[in-house]
Formats: sequence, C-alpha cells, structure tokens
Amino acid sequence: MDLTQTLEIASCTDPGMVRSHNEDSVAADAANGLVVLADGMGGYNAGEVASGMATTVIVTEMQQVLASARPYDVDPRTSQEIAARLLREQVLKANTSIYQAAQSQPQYAGMGTTLVVCLFYDNRVLVAHLGDSRLYVLRDGKFKQVTRDHSLLQEQIDSGLITLEQAKNAQHKNLVTRALGIDPSVEPEMHEYRTKPGDIYLLCSDGLCDMVDDDDIGMALQALGGNLKLCAQQLVQMANDNGGRDNVSVILVRVLREYPAARGVMAKVFAWLK
Amino acid sequence: MAKLILSMDGLVLKEIPLTKERTTIGRKPHNDIQIDNLAVSGEHAVIVTILNDSFLEDLGSTNGTVVNGNPIKKHFLQNNDVVELGKYKLKFVGESAATVGAEKADFEKTMVLRPAAMKAAAEQAKAMTGSSPPQAAAGAVRATASQQAVASATAAGIADKDPRPVPAPAARPAQPLGAIQLLSGANAGKELELSKPLTTLGKPGVGVAVLTRRPQGYFITHVEGANRPAVNGQQIGAAPHALKDHDVIELAGVKMEFFLKA
Repeated sequence: MDLTQTLEIASCTDPGMVRSHNEDSVAADAANGLVVLADGMGGYNAGEVASGMATTVIVTEMQQVLASARPYDVDPRTSQEIAARLLREQVLKANTSIYQAAQSQPQYAGMGTTLVVCLFYDNRVLVAHLGDSRLYVLRDGKFKQVTRDHSLLQEQIDSGLITLEQAKNAQHKNLVTRALGIDPSVEPEMHEYRTKPGDIYLLCSDGLCDMVDDDDIGMALQALGGNLKLCAQQLVQMANDNGGRDNVSVILVRVLREYPAARGVMAKVFAWLK
Repeated sequence: MAKLILSMDGLVLKEIPLTKERTTIGRKPHNDIQIDNLAVSGEHAVIVTILNDSFLEDLGSTNGTVVNGNPIKKHFLQNNDVVELGKYKLKFVGESAATVGAEKADFEKTMVLRPAAMKAAAEQAKAMTGSSPPQAAAGAVRATASQQAVASATAAGIADKDPRPVPAPAARPAQPLGAIQLLSGANAGKELELSKPLTTLGKPGVGVAVLTRRPQGYFITHVEGANRPAVNGQQIGAAPHALKDHDVIELAGVKMEFFLKA
C-alpha cells in the first residue's frame, strides 16, 4: 500500500551553531510509511558514518522486505503480525553493519548512533528507538512525548534520584545507555500506537529537545502545523537561536487520512481458518 | 599549556607551545610561527590565547585557512583540530589534553554508557571500599547512586571530567517587546503583545502568517493560504521577513501596525 497520499513528511537537519560536522542523519520513505532519524557519535567523522549507515541500511532493507511482504501479514508460525519482527531484524542488521565497520576500521572504533524509527501501516505506527532521540506527537492540541530516552538521566529521573527541574541543569545529559553499533547485539525498544487523522508526529535528535522547551516545541507545531516544511525549519531555527550547541534534526509526519490495511480475500480466509 | 604540532606529509617538524597571547603564523620571518612556503601568506593567521581558550583567525590570507577540512575566518580551537596551511598541518592540542593526556570533555556530545563497563567499575569501587575503614565504607555506601553512576562512567573512561560547569542555556538577550495594533476590521484598535516566541495571525484557509520573536528581532513568515501577507504594501516572499518599528502588515484583508514597546 502506497502511503504517499496519506502521510505528509518534512524534515530538516542542521549542524547547529557550534559544531562544524553534522553527525545526525535523517531518511524517509513515504511510500512505505517509514521515517528514520539517527544521531551518531564517535571521533572525527565516525559519528556521521554510523548515523548514515543506520538510516541507509534500515531504509533500503525495509524497502526490500516490504516489496514482497506487507507489515500486517500474519506469520503462520507465531500467528502474529510480521511488522515488529521485520523492523527489528532490519535494526539488528544496521547494528551489525556499524559494529563490524567499527571493529574492522580503526578510525571508526567505538562509533555508534542513537535511533528512532517509525513505520506507519494499517492506521497504526510502530516505533523502535534506542538512545535519546525522541518521538513526540501532537494530537487534538495536546503535545506529548512518546518515547522514553535510554539515558542515565532518564534512569535517574525514573528512580526518583533527581527531579525534572534538576535534570534540566544536569551535567551528564549526553550519556545514553543503549545505542546502535556499540555491541554485537542490541535490543531496540518497540511499541505500537493507533494513529488518528490530523496527528503530527515529531522525530528529533537531542539537539532540539535540549535547547528548546517542550512547551515551545508544542507551540510551534500547533502554530505552524499547516505548513510542515516551514515548521521543521522553525524548530531548527529555535534551537539555533537558543545557542544551537549540538546538531539539530527533525522529521515531521502528518497523518492526512485513515489508512486501514486493504486485506485481500486470501488473508481473510486465512484469518477465518485460524 | 596548549600547543601546536607542525607537520608536513605526516612528518612532525616541531612542537610550538602557545605561550603568548597572540601567536602569529605566516611566511615572513617576523611571525612567531614562520612557514616558508609560497602557499602561505606573509601574515597568514593569528592564534589568540586567553586563559585556556585559543581562537584562530585568518588575516585575509590569499589561500585561506582550513580547519578540519572547512575554510574558516575565525575559529574556536578545540583539541585535535587540524589547521591546514598549504602542505603544512598544524594540530592543536588543548590544555587539558596536554597535561592530563585525556581528550577534552564535550558535554553536549552524545556518548554511550555500557552496562558491562559500568558493572566492572562498580565492582572496582566496591573492592576499594571493602578494604577501607568501616566508617569510610559506610560513607561510600551513602553516596547516591547518581554519583556512583557518574563515577563509574568516569572510571570506565567514558565521561570526561571537565572542571568547567556546563554553560547555562544562553539567556535571551534583552530585546524590546513588540506588539501589533489592528488598524482595520471589527477589532480595530485592539492591541496584541508579542511576548511568545511564535504568534499566529490570520484566518485558516484564507491566509495565515506567523510572527516569530528571535534574538535578532521580529520576523513575519507566510504559513498557508493563497493570500500572502503584505508589509508596507509589498507582498512578502516565502522567506521570513524582518519587521521594523511601525511597519504596516496587511493580512487577509486586515491592516495592523507592528511597533516596538519602549
């Protein structure tokens, strides 16, 4: 099912005001309902390499598997939909590619990347994430964070060691506890949510949410939701106006209409047989 | 002390400590760092060192100054930056790196904490407290988990200590507050203060514009609708348009005046 008419996607990525390199990477495939954002880390250009590999591998591999399968197909062995398994497999492939490159080439040693991926299908969105790149949603005028960072800071907040207020001034905002390409295997956190026409999804790197308050981000989405491209540029500009100490990347996805899965006769028969 | 390592084709030629406030680089002999190469201008660049910070500035050289592959006019030197002047390379080794031998911390840079490393560090810490007097051990136990986590991260060589505190988020510079006053329409005379970073104006479907408050001042941008707003009778393009005091905006048939409050 081609989602180009269902999803409006805009993205913007910028090195920020301080850094000379942009280690963030964004990619989108509207037809397959896939958007990927990665924030790389590692010396010299290794961060760019890691995030670039993550987005390319995930997008191209997903395109390949989705050419012959649909996310809502049911796996006869597990009698579950294959979407989560497909996405997880491609994330693991990206992990292996980055890890092997880091192992074999000394200049890439230790590189890795955070990741947030959304796969839209059948009136739903499947989200996989690693590290501190985030997904937010604006629905019915309410702006909410969807993912929870895999970071030392988030763990401290969860365990009640520090308050949200203290977290804003914390010194170790940048320490992530899970990332792609660091270890031979990784477990992405995955969740599925129902979407609603009119929803606006925001994927962003920490360069945005560290520099701009969530309230201001929500306000920009509400005010400029009518023009996603401008909204993406505005968000990057707000981060830069506030100092722009890190690379800033955003992807915005608006759900224009319902997109229920067009299940064929065979699938229905199959479901009935079960 | 920060220093520069001069090399050509990977061959280290010399090390130059940055002892002076101004260290000049150029082809002429009066420069602090003389590089006798025709690709280098007579007075090519200067490095200004203030306390622990060094800034590189190109002095209008013919062939320009390149740092890490990017041509620059002015650049805040960071540890391991490579300055290229023709065939010559100058590597900057920062203060903390030169003395401690560790890479200079960069708190904004995302780094990963590996559970294995954390565990090893935690065990190491436990072993240390085990051999210390009971009082000290009790004290160590009372140390918050956050401190432990940070300490273990440091021990694992992941987080780098930098004595400088994290700079506070850049405060918005004092900037006069702007407002608009409606000049026509049903609400003529009404005033609207522009205190928020974004204010939307207009009617959805007809013409919507947004007024953004930035450190440089106020800007108006067209968002949607067939009718673009006009400023002082001139329709604006797709790019944000800077607003001046007493500009008259016309949007969806309504005129309004933008002004700055004293």
